[in-house]
Amino acid sequence: MDILNKDRARELPVQQIDVFTDTRDILAHANRAAKRRGFEDWLICDVDAHHTETISWHELVQYIEDPVIRHQAMLFHDEKMGTASYGLNGDMGLKYQDVGGRIPHQAGIREKVDDGVHRDVTLSRRAMQALGVDYMVLFPTPMLTLGLHPQPEMEVYLGRAYNRWLIDKVLTKDDRLKTLAYLPFNVPKEAERTIEEFADQPGVIGFCVPSTRHKPVHHNDYMRVYAMLEERNLPIAFHAAYHWQDQSLSTINRFLGMHALGFVWCNMVHMTNWILNGIPERFPKLKSIWVESGLAWIPFLMQRLDDQYLMRPSEAPQLKKLPSEYMRENCWYTTQPMETVNMKALQLTLEMINAETQLLFASDWPHFDFDLPQEIYDLPFLSEQAKRNILGLNAAKLFGLDPAVRKSL
Amino acid sequence: MAEYLVCPEEEIADGGRKVVACGDKEIGIFRVKGALYAWHNTCPHRQGPICQGRIYPEVVEPVDENCEVRTLQYNENNMHVACPWHGWEFNLETGRNPAGHYRLARAELAVREGQIYVVL
Repeated sequence: MDILNKDRARELPVQQIDVFTDTRDILAHANRAAKRRGFEDWLICDVDAHHTETISWHELVQYIEDPVIRHQAMLFHDEKMGTASYGLNGDMGLKYQDVGGRIPHQAGIREKVDDGVHRDVTLSRRAMQALGVDYMVLFPTPMLTLGLHPQPEMEVYLGRAYNRWLIDKVLTKDDRLKTLAYLPFNVPKEAERTIEEFADQPGVIGFCVPSTRHKPVHHNDYMRVYAMLEERNLPIAFHAAYHWQDQSLSTINRFLGMHALGFVWCNMVHMTNWILNGIPERFPKLKSIWVESGLAWIPFLMQRLDDQYLMRPSEAPQLKKLPSEYMRENCWYTTQPMETVNMKALQLTLEMINAETQLLFASDWPHFDFDLPQEIYDLPFLSEQAKRNILGLNAAKLFGLDPAVRKSL
Repeated sequence: MAEYLVCPEEEIADGGRKVVACGDKEIGIFRVKGALYAWHNTCPHRQGPICQGRIYPEVVEPVDENCEVRTLQYNENNMHVACPWHGWEFNLETGRNPAGHYRLARAELAVREGQIYVVL
């Protein structure tokens, strides 16, 4: 064999990625991939990324409006030992997302952060730069099960505190960071107050209903909420999650199964009610976004509802077209976690949901099943315009964002 | 072809690794049961840094004579590296994932006079 070149290999500074590894090192391959694909001039909006708000819970509780609850919460964090975050419900220790330590960034992000701004600003900026993202929409993480809280007023206290804290500490520090503000959906009057209070706040581009809850989205109590959002041209997002207290899922013993079904089931139920009760007919300009359920469920539900509707139209008398047509024309979807094992199925899915106008790229960073912009760019069956739409232009249009590129790779 | 000097052989102990850049390519060199294996640091899933992931024994679930299961166990005969991006696992000796549909790209190694080289 002819060896033309002899050189010394350079040892990489990070031999094994762990929870202390810098985000920019974890995502170094993503950054290279972004540069290779020329993302410098592609607008990329990440419509679903996360931060772990409970790391800052001691700070967040200071934004609780109720003085008694605020005082209790502050004392709780100053004095109590060995407890979870004040007032927060959820699956507590049933958090197996990091696959027993195999995916360290899901377990914890403990890298050094000393930029003089809140850690969530720094960490989000690092991820945006690495992924090639221009705008990032931030969602909370443990709070996504707050809709199951036994005290409905706690959702109101904590949801409002979260919105105020996020705006004050994070969104006002970088105008590329946005949020769909937390809507305390279990108390409709408070949801209306939330819209009035936060609709015009910096960084708020819509509102979010965490989907794990047992309230019917078609109840008359919510019609004022939908009307208020429609009047303001602000989207409503249903962000999925899982929870082991759901009786219909309670026999599942592997997190893989719980995650695969839980993150889809809640949105399938809400979507079914949303469509069959004619919410898109009542609020034709209201834009709903279905977040973090992946995409494979949508063709299933479209076919299932169409088939059943045609046999029983008298049970959904408000509909003037097929359920799938509302799902394709009135609803938007975020990509992640995009199912890619069967590319033919994915291609058909994208056709069925009219992805060119309805699909919004989402990374879900830093969660274990995060996606990268390159996954859209590399799809062989999409036109360049469709890719540009999905990666950023659809979101810019939906949220009224400036479509000019903001990043530097 | 290009050859890159990595390190003396003894620098990679059994169970250890060295992940290096050879020009614009990244290669992970692992020692398993005394033998050296080299893989490109690119996960076939999303091109994540597979060689910088944690190493685990394969997880197995023994089924007894009644077809019942009781415990999960580690099988130390099959060592896996798990991609730190999404957890995809690959056998360090064969480069194959458990379902068998995907595999890592092997890199060629040469060992001469006690030194390890990557040949690309």
